[in-house]
Amino acid sequence: MDLSFVPLLAILVSLVAVVPIMLSSAKPNLREFWTILAGVIKFGLVLLLLPVALQGDSVELHLVDLAPGIPLALKADPLGVYFAIIASGLWIFTSFYSIGYVRGAGEKKQTRYFASFAVCLSATIGIAFSANLITFLLFYEMLTVATYPLVIHNEKKEAINAGRKYLAFTLTAGLLLVAASALVYHYTGTLDFTPGGVFTDVELPHTAMLLLFILFLGAVGVKAGIMPIHGWLPAAMAAPTPVSALLHAVAVVKSGVFAITRVVGYVFGVDVMGDYGLNDILIVLAGFTIIVASLIAFNQDNLKRRLAYSTVGHLSYIVLGVALLTPIGMTGGIMHIAAHATMKITLFFCAGAIYVNLHRTEISNLDGIAKVMPWTMGAFAVGSMGLAGIPPINGFFSKWNLALGSLEGDMIIPVIILVISGILNVGYFFPILYRAYFKPGKGLEKYGEASPLMVVPIVITATLSLLFGLFPNLFFNFFDLAVDISASLFNTGSP
Amino acid sequence: MIESHLPAYIALTFVLFSVLIPVFGLWRSELSQPIAVLGSGIAAAFSIYGFINYLSEGSIRYFFGGWEPPIGIEFVYDGLSGFFVLVINVVAFFVLIHSHHIAKREFPGKEMPYYALAMLMMLGFNGMILTGDLFNLYVFLEIASLSGYALIAIGEKQAPYAAFRYLIIGTAGGTLYLLGVGFLYTVTGTLNIIDMTAMLPMLYESNAVFAALILMIVGIGVKAALFPMHGWLPDSYTYSSSTSAALIAPIGTKVAAYILFRIILWLFGIEITDAIAPLSYIVGVLACIGILYGSIMAIAQTEMKRMLAYSSVSQIGYIIMGLSLANPWGFAGALLHVLNHAIMKACLFMISGQLRYKEGHSDISRFDDSFRKKYPWTMASFTIAAISMIGLPPLAGFFSKWYLVLGTIDNSNWLFLGVILVSSLLNAVYFFRVLEKVYMMNPDKGQKEASDAKRNEPSASMLWPTGILALSLIVIGFANAVIVGILLNIFPL
Repeated sequence: MDLSFVPLLAILVSLVAVVPIMLSSAKPNLREFWTILAGVIKFGLVLLLLPVALQGDSVELHLVDLAPGIPLALKADPLGVYFAIIASGLWIFTSFYSIGYVRGAGEKKQTRYFASFAVCLSATIGIAFSANLITFLLFYEMLTVATYPLVIHNEKKEAINAGRKYLAFTLTAGLLLVAASALVYHYTGTLDFTPGGVFTDVELPHTAMLLLFILFLGAVGVKAGIMPIHGWLPAAMAAPTPVSALLHAVAVVKSGVFAITRVVGYVFGVDVMGDYGLNDILIVLAGFTIIVASLIAFNQDNLKRRLAYSTVGHLSYIVLGVALLTPIGMTGGIMHIAAHATMKITLFFCAGAIYVNLHRTEISNLDGIAKVMPWTMGAFAVGSMGLAGIPPINGFFSKWNLALGSLEGDMIIPVIILVISGILNVGYFFPILYRAYFKPGKGLEKYGEASPLMVVPIVITATLSLLFGLFPNLFFNFFDLAVDISASLFNTGSP
Repeated sequence: MIESHLPAYIALTFVLFSVLIPVFGLWRSELSQPIAVLGSGIAAAFSIYGFINYLSEGSIRYFFGGWEPPIGIEFVYDGLSGFFVLVINVVAFFVLIHSHHIAKREFPGKEMPYYALAMLMMLGFNGMILTGDLFNLYVFLEIASLSGYALIAIGEKQAPYAAFRYLIIGTAGGTLYLLGVGFLYTVTGTLNIIDMTAMLPMLYESNAVFAALILMIVGIGVKAALFPMHGWLPDSYTYSSSTSAALIAPIGTKVAAYILFRIILWLFGIEITDAIAPLSYIVGVLACIGILYGSIMAIAQTEMKRMLAYSSVSQIGYIIMGLSLANPWGFAGALLHVLNHAIMKACLFMISGQLRYKEGHSDISRFDDSFRKKYPWTMASFTIAAISMIGLPPLAGFFSKWYLVLGTIDNSNWLFLGVILVSSLLNAVYFFRVLEKVYMMNPDKGQKEASDAKRNEPSASMLWPTGILALSLIVIGFANAVIVGILLNIFPL
């Protein structure tokens, strides 16, 4: 079967869905049907690519030339498929959840909301399947623009300011990426993502390489929430919660860490990274971010903001894993993309359910809510303990690999950082659970669980977190896929 | 053979129609606009045909009356002139279609002289581009300028003052250019560009040539609104009628930029240009200052036309910066930006005209989210053009920036690279500000009009031209590899 157009279709399906979504704005049920339909088709198309990816192969498609010698090219390689499965799979749950959320919260301009969401998913899958930097840049900017209407959705002053901040960060990042890509093209004559990097035949002065890497870091580090350029992420919590859940815990920020993986593994290559000592910068920044973000998370009383800082910290786990430049560390980092996705989306879903149901956003108001929202808080417990790295939830598994990876590279400090961060994670999640389960609540008598449209996705994503923790290979051979990807990046030099 | 006469046909079409319009216009004034559209349409068709012909057959040298230079006058239709003629005539065609209602509203009863002048101005622009003779170029420059001053003077109350100011500065610029031509004539004894190109290498490091070059760059720099000689531009574009602004802004400064290309890269060549002083770099630095200055001033404006005018100062800087890089990528980026910016600016100025036509103003501070309901298609076109101006892929504006960035890197010119990046951000500031106003309710006022605002789009003669130009930005974005492939072949070195 010829699969070469499948990546393109997977990208386009949600872009095309925007048209029926806009046209059926007067009929909400029909409109949401289109979203769900697009989500299911997209997920199905991505799954079609999985067998190829599991064999370590790629599906490639060259479309028009975007510039002389630089095609608009798609390549569904194992890493891309891995990321696409996570994003498109979770979109289906988020869509159901969104329906419950926007109707429950009575949001305005729902058509714009669902349309932008669909465009975002197209951009995300495009990022996953980009074969070169220009194609990547195209989808990266598309994601920036499509996310903007979601960030400013409620059009209050706070949201508009958050939107401006978001654009300032991400557009700057996009420009740095333009400059960085142009430099790569100038030095190497290619922009293709190549396992092992494009600099293998090119000798560059150390400072030039260092500056180029810093440019890339600024370009993709913004979306990956690396400190000190993470500022847009907590601000973007002004968006409706499903947006925070899928975009600011999965699609957008994961595009950032995905991009870091691409840059480290496919532009510079692990050998060049090591030879020029570029990974040290990344390790220091990631370590710093992990610790500081966790500390700031302590201070946040707003549930979504606490989750946002937790996201900042956990993104850097992935960055750290990639930066270790050891096969197991890389595997751990890649695993954490999936692990953090399922867990953090659960937590954001819970925060949204609490908001819609009880109109509470501050942690200090959550006393006793586990009694009225047992399923939600149960899921919250699973997600938060998983993020803290408690077995058998899937956060433990990736963290274990990260620790092994740093020992494999004879590095002890990353392990210490991981341990401290684990403790801090327990520290900032446990009070929430304590309040919800053990403190007596007030004024909760008339409330029950949120709508099933919200609770069912919550329970499913929490269950997924558990199942992946117990059986990493249960679905889609995810663990094997991560191992293969990581291996493919390290065996490029030897025959 | 039609092909060999093409260069003359393009210019003569405008001569013919500048006569036809008064003839028919005196009989029926409302015929002026359709005739002008017809004229520019024919010229645009010739330009398209000519460029296709160029791609297969190569350049054409056309000797008027069969007199060969240096005695006769020649028109040279090569890649560069063909490309510029194509851009300005096609864009002018769309603007003239769009002008129908605006002309009736903004200068009723003056259609006949207006369109006749517009044809004369187009004649001047086309002549400047096509001529192969430096003095002849000056003549066409004055034709274009004088009709341009008149077109600008038709507008708001301040328009005559703006036009007068432009006249003074523009005439000074034209005179400096002529002085430069005089210098060159005394040392070479010819006015023909091709002849002179052959002689100039013998005058390497000649002071007369150097003086001539500076005089010409400064003189034409005025016309191109190269910083710091841009002073006439903002007022002229703001106070003139919407149609004049839409007609002159996208193409007027481009034609001046064309002359700079012709002088620096063809006539003198980059080596002679830089023989005594690094002139190309100085021009590039001026362009950079203009880019930043224009963008910052654009942010400070609340009147949309004025904002676009300052934005033009900034964008012409990109084109001239690309020229100053004098390498293939910079050249391709600059020429692609000539095309992109002509389309974007025409589209945006036309939209400002539509808003003035419907709302009576184009004051950004009074925009609100009812515009989204009232003018959905106008605002969609605006959004596309704005995003292209900011330079986000896959729209056309991104790619000209991309090639310019490659050009700066090839020259290791980090200053220029930084300017391009910073200015893109500034562009984002002033365009997103408008988008925010239009697509979001004002949090201070609360939602008021948007929900009950009725659709109130202007008529099809306005919507289609802006819509087509906006869509063409997407097409050019995806087709830019083909265009740039052609442009790289035009590069002279």
